[in-house]
Amino acid sequence: MTATKPKAIRRLGDVIFANLAFFAGVSILATLATVAAFLFVQSIPAFTGPEIAAAEDGFWNYVFPFVFGTVYASIIALIIATPLAIGIALYISHFANRRFAQLLGYAVDLLAAIPSVVYGLWGILVLAPFLNPTFMWLNENLGWIPFFAGQVSATGRTMLTVGIVLAIMVLPIMAALIREVFLQTPRLHEEAALALGATRWEMIKMAVLPFGRTGIISAAMLGLGRSLGETMAVAMVLSPTAVINFAVLTSSNSNTIAANIALQFPEAGGNYSNLLIATGLVLFAITMVVNMIARWIISRRAEFSGAN
Amino acid sequence: MTSQVTSSFQGTADLPKWVSPAMLLAFFMGSFTLQVMLASSTEQNELNLIPVAVFGLVGYAVALYALSRFVEGRRKATDRLVTILVTAAFSLALIPLLSLAYTVVQNGAARFDAEFFTFSMRNIVGEGGGALHAIIGTLEITGIATLISVPIGIMAAIYLVEYGRGTIARLVTFFVDVMTGVPSIVAGLFAYALFVIFFGPGVRMGLGGAIALSVLMIPVVIRATEEMLKIVPNELREAAYALGVPKWLTVIKVVLPTALAGIATGVMISIARVIGETAPLLIIAGFTASMNYNPFDERMMTLPVFVYTSYANQGVDMQSYVDRAWAGALTLMLIVMVLNLVARLISKYFSPKG
Repeated sequence: MTATKPKAIRRLGDVIFANLAFFAGVSILATLATVAAFLFVQSIPAFTGPEIAAAEDGFWNYVFPFVFGTVYASIIALIIATPLAIGIALYISHFANRRFAQLLGYAVDLLAAIPSVVYGLWGILVLAPFLNPTFMWLNENLGWIPFFAGQVSATGRTMLTVGIVLAIMVLPIMAALIREVFLQTPRLHEEAALALGATRWEMIKMAVLPFGRTGIISAAMLGLGRSLGETMAVAMVLSPTAVINFAVLTSSNSNTIAANIALQFPEAGGNYSNLLIATGLVLFAITMVVNMIARWIISRRAEFSGAN
Repeated sequence: MTSQVTSSFQGTADLPKWVSPAMLLAFFMGSFTLQVMLASSTEQNELNLIPVAVFGLVGYAVALYALSRFVEGRRKATDRLVTILVTAAFSLALIPLLSLAYTVVQNGAARFDAEFFTFSMRNIVGEGGGALHAIIGTLEITGIATLISVPIGIMAAIYLVEYGRGTIARLVTFFVDVMTGVPSIVAGLFAYALFVIFFGPGVRMGLGGAIALSVLMIPVVIRATEEMLKIVPNELREAAYALGVPKWLTVIKVVLPTALAGIATGVMISIARVIGETAPLLIIAGFTASMNYNPFDERMMTLPVFVYTSYANQGVDMQSYVDRAWAGALTLMLIVMVLNLVARLISKYFSPKG
C-alpha cells in the first residue's frame, strides 16, 4: 500500500503571481506603518533641536489650539451635514421618482468630485461675503448665546463659514453612504409597513431608520474623518489666530492642524518643519482613531444584518 | 369614541393636489415682497435672500401643516411636514453646486484663453501669463502616481479576492478602508519625510508629489478593482480550471479581461479624485513660476497649487491674479468632469452584457 496523495503541481508562474499579489496586499500595511514611522522619526528634531520661537511654551501648548480648532470646525460641519445628508439620502432613496433620483444622485456625486481648492476659492470669494449680513444679524439678535457673541468679523472669514464649507464638502460622501444603507432596507419590511396603512413617513420611521441607524453613525464618523483632515478650504477661508475661541462669528478663530501646516510649511526652515510634521502626526493619529471606529462599526453591522 | 379615534387616526378628507405648490408659491412671493418692503423702509439697498428663503419656507411648512392637520388629520400632516423637510434638505444641497458651477464658469471665462494654455508665469508681473507649467506638472505628477498606484492597487485587489484568506487578508481589507481616510496633507508630509532621508531638509520634487498622491490613490483603486473582481462569476474561473489552465493565467486571461471595463472606470475616478489634491503638492512639489519638465529635480508647479498661490500671493495687479486663479479652477473642474464622464461612458459601453 503505497497510496501517496497526488501532489498538486506547483507551477513557477503560480508561485510568482501569488507572491506578487501577496506583497502588493501586504504593502498596504507596510505603507501605513511607514507613514507613521517616518512622521515619527522626522518629528523627533522638533523636541531635541534648538528651541522654536513659535513653540516656546512647549509642543503641547503649541498644538492644542490647533487640535481644538480642528475638532471644533469638524463638529460644526457634522452638526450641519448629518441632518442634511439624511434628508438627501431619504429624498433620493424614497421620495424622488426613480429616473429623476438617479440623475440627482449623479449631481450629488459631482459635488464630491470638485477639488477642495475650488471650494476654498468659492468659500472666500462667494460664500463668505454672502453670509456676512446673516452673521451680523445673528450677532445683533442672538448675541446673548455665547457662540454668536463677540465682535463680528467684517470679512465673513469665520469658524462658522469654515464649518459650512466643510459641511458642503463632506455632504456628498455621507449622503452616498447613507443612501446605500437606506436602499438595502428589506423591501418586505417597507411593504409590510405600507400595507398596515402607514404613511410614507411612518414607514420610514418604522422600517428604514432603525435599519439604517448604524449606517448613519458610521457615515457621520467617516464624514468627521474627512473634515478633520481637510486642508485647503480651511487654509483659504479662515482668518486664524492661535487662541481657543468658542465664538463662531469673530475674526479670531483657532486654526486647524492641517491648515496651519499648509500655511506655514512652504516657508518653514530648520526644525520648524519638524515641528509641523509632529503636528501632522497628531492629526494622523486623530483621523486614524476616528476612521477605525467608523470601519469597526460598519464591519460589525455587516456581520449581523445579513444585507450584503 | 369611535368617531374620535377615526378622526385622529384617519383624515376626513384629502387636500387637492394643487394646494401644496400654490401655497409654496404664495409664501415665497409674500416673503419676497415683505423683504423688499423692509429693505426699502430701512434704507438698506442690498436685498438679502437668506431671510426671504427662511421666512418663505417656514411660513409654507407651518401653514401647510396646520391646514393638513385640520383637513386630513395628524398623521398625514406629519407626513407632509417631513416631505417638505426632506425636499428642502435636498434643494439646499443643490444650491452650493449650482452657485459653484455658475461662479467658476463666469469668473473663469475671463482668462480662459489661448495664452492661459501656452504661457508659464515666468517674468510675469500683473496681466497675462498662463498655467502651462502647472498643467504640465499636473499631468506628469498624476501620470507617475497612476503608474505607481494602478499595478499595486490591482495586484492587491487580486490578492484580496483570489488569494487572501485568514488574518492577513482581513487586516489588509480593514486597513485599505482606513487608508482611504488618511488626510491628504499627511500624505504630503509622509512624502517629505521620506525624501528628506535621501536629499536633505527642504527637498522639493515632483516625484515626491507623485508618491504622496499614490498613497491617496492606491486604496481607491483597490476598492474599485475589488468590487469588480468580486462580481466576475465563479463559473468562469471553474471552467478555466477544468480546462487545466493554471490559476495565474486564469486570473490574467479570464478574470481581469471580464472586469476590465469596471477597473478602468475605477482608475479614472481615482485619477479624478487625486488630480485636484492641493495640500500634499504644496508641501512636497512646492511652487514655481517657471516650466519644469523634470519630476526628479527641483520645484514643480501643479494646477491646484497654481490656483491656490494665484489667490494667496496676489501681486500688484490683484484682479489679474484672481482671474488666473478662477481660470485655473475652471480648467481643473473641466478635467475632473471629463474624467468622470469618460469613466461613466467606459462602464456603460464596455462592461460585459448579460
